[in-house]
Amino acid sequence: MRVSQVARSCFNTLRLNFRPAPMTRSHFTYYPTAVGPGDAKKMNMFTAINNAMDLALEEDSTALLFGEDVGFGGVFRCSVNLRDKYGKDRVFNSPLCEQGIAGFAIGVANAGATAIAEIQFADYIFPSFDQIVNEAAKYRYRSGGLFDCGSLTFRVPCGAVGHGALYHSQSPEAYFAHTPGLRVVVPRGPIKAKGLLLACIRDPNPCIVFEPKTLYRAAVEEVPTEYYTSELGKADILRKGKDVTLIGWGTQVHVLLEVAELAKEKHNIDCEVIDLVSILPWDTETICNSAKKTGRVVIAHEAPFTQGFGSEIAAYIQDKCFLNLEAPVKRVTGWDTPFPHVFEPFYLPDKLRCLTAIKDIVNY
Amino acid sequence: MLRTLSRVSELPLIVKQLQKNAAQAGVAKTNNYATEATVQVNRPFKLHRLDEGPATEVKLTKDEALKYYTQMQTIRRIETAAGNLYKEKIIRGFCHLYSGQEACAVGMKAAMRDVDNIISAYRVHGWTYLMGVSPIGVLAELTGNQSGCARGKGGSMHMYAPNFFGGNGIVGAQVPLGTGVGLACKYKGNGGMCLALYGDGAANQGQVFEAYNMAYLWKLPVIFVCENNNYGMGTSSERASCNTDYYTRGDALPGIWVDGMDVLAVRSATEFAINYVNTVGPLVMETNTYRYSGHSMSDPGTSYRTREEIQEVRQKRDPITSFKEMCIELGLITTDEVKAIDLKVRKEIDEATAFAKSDAELAVSHLWTDVSSNNLEPKLRGTNSYNLDHIQERKGVNH
Repeated sequence: MRVSQVARSCFNTLRLNFRPAPMTRSHFTYYPTAVGPGDAKKMNMFTAINNAMDLALEEDSTALLFGEDVGFGGVFRCSVNLRDKYGKDRVFNSPLCEQGIAGFAIGVANAGATAIAEIQFADYIFPSFDQIVNEAAKYRYRSGGLFDCGSLTFRVPCGAVGHGALYHSQSPEAYFAHTPGLRVVVPRGPIKAKGLLLACIRDPNPCIVFEPKTLYRAAVEEVPTEYYTSELGKADILRKGKDVTLIGWGTQVHVLLEVAELAKEKHNIDCEVIDLVSILPWDTETICNSAKKTGRVVIAHEAPFTQGFGSEIAAYIQDKCFLNLEAPVKRVTGWDTPFPHVFEPFYLPDKLRCLTAIKDIVNY
Repeated sequence: MLRTLSRVSELPLIVKQLQKNAAQAGVAKTNNYATEATVQVNRPFKLHRLDEGPATEVKLTKDEALKYYTQMQTIRRIETAAGNLYKEKIIRGFCHLYSGQEACAVGMKAAMRDVDNIISAYRVHGWTYLMGVSPIGVLAELTGNQSGCARGKGGSMHMYAPNFFGGNGIVGAQVPLGTGVGLACKYKGNGGMCLALYGDGAANQGQVFEAYNMAYLWKLPVIFVCENNNYGMGTSSERASCNTDYYTRGDALPGIWVDGMDVLAVRSATEFAINYVNTVGPLVMETNTYRYSGHSMSDPGTSYRTREEIQEVRQKRDPITSFKEMCIELGLITTDEVKAIDLKVRKEIDEATAFAKSDAELAVSHLWTDVSSNNLEPKLRGTNSYNLDHIQERKGVNH
């Protein structure tokens, strides 16, 4: 208890230190996670991912890293210098063919090697959808456990970036959450990105890491330099509260942390903020415990409303926590429109929309 | 919208006026200048599964010369303006420039008839202009403002016009679409065809081969055009393709290799191909070209190729300079006419740029328009604390 209090106060201090100027262009304020004991180095998210892949390639001589333009660092610089260090037979560019990349990665993983494949943007993952859903996810089951492609990890930049428009902004996590056999995670910052990526690489199931691309440079934390993994399937409670549970993942977590502060400040509403971290499988226990405690849940994600992953969480909560709920579970999400270019600020579930939802759910 | 339309109709007038002035000037100068010339294409065509290829000797009239030069110069200016606006952070997001590849689009457009269609990928500012959108329509789309051809809702990769099916942000996805457009032409029996454009990078997408196969089986009027600019994003074609003779990659489909820096060669090949796909069946056309800029604005374009390489192409193979020099040499255009066009184009694009910068954004209420037609559920979902009706504002040009 005391330890967690100290951690929380640390976290709060850090948070205060990172208060940005009020007129920032992005729709969120970054809240860094405090580091535990041990050696740490200041990294942004792409350097933390680079560091994770460096460790993975070093530890596992069968590990291969490939994707479009990955050889010279990739468009987001995540794999920079790795080809020089590990050679072009281990870190290389693929042609522009996502279905090919996915199928190739599945083959590599099937043969027992470790495949780390990058799909350049989550919006480009759809040509490989068949390979991931029908081949990768079902391999173990359909071969009666004889073959699997568990040593397969996809890294996929996703989410709003301020100006990405229709094909460089989407968050397709819910499509994949509909597929038994996969692991789907979304980090909220550098520490988590490194831990989740290493956990996914080691996990004996095909994994997809959706990396919010807007955090690659914007998110800076003191990241432990050693090898470590973050638990898959485990949500993080980032702020304790008793009135309303706020659930998000990726960039949205930072929106919710700010909203929780605003709700406290302006309305004296005490919010609990949970980073779901893992979309598939997701941490039903942490979520339900919190829902039972507060009786009010707001889920926020960038992906559209209908059939967004929030739907699954809401359905589950009403099933398991019905008698504890004070109000129907609320979802604040992107709208049911394609991801718009100039209208991105209006489309996103920003702090004001989230705050309105909190007020509504409290006054229900 | 009205402004866009009026600009569209103004454009041919400008060209005509230019042509008229030019013709008068030619007459006044005691016929020192030719009105027509016969030209040999710069580099020979290469053929795959074809006994006969496009004409290597082509006619070029003065009017055509002026038109092609104006079009290529306008595209170059639009792209320069777009690059600058991007650097000024007025254009945001993704922006892919066509500079260096102008002869491909202008040559193909010169051969296209009214019934013909074209679909391309994300390097389409030039094509948008050629298909009838004004420079303002292009530049305002890039700046995300309301006079943009997609009203600022799409941005760089999402530009459309009648017979121009866009603008597609997913590498290779437009190729099967173009094949479908070809099928529609055949089914309707309107004599039209579709140019399905893709780059050397997209040439390795599986769906391109699926489209080849269907087009060949059903003898669809589709010209698969591989605009080979030698680099698929940052990977050179040699490092990405087992066979870099893209015109041969349709297997059973015949193919033509064209010098994509020579507007007349592209025109000649396209004329041949249009006739071929309408009488025999689909074919693949590779236009060998070069892009001066990086893949997109976030790519400086120099980490995977040398500055010297770019400079050399600019000096020796630039499609605009070489065409201009040829026309002057042939006596089709005078240097004064060239200067006049350059000035006119510069002025037009400068004005369009200024307008695109100062134009207003579309009202927020348009965010939820044109998502679907006749929506069964009148309210839009997910808009908590708003209460928004579904609205269809525009009816597609294809209906």
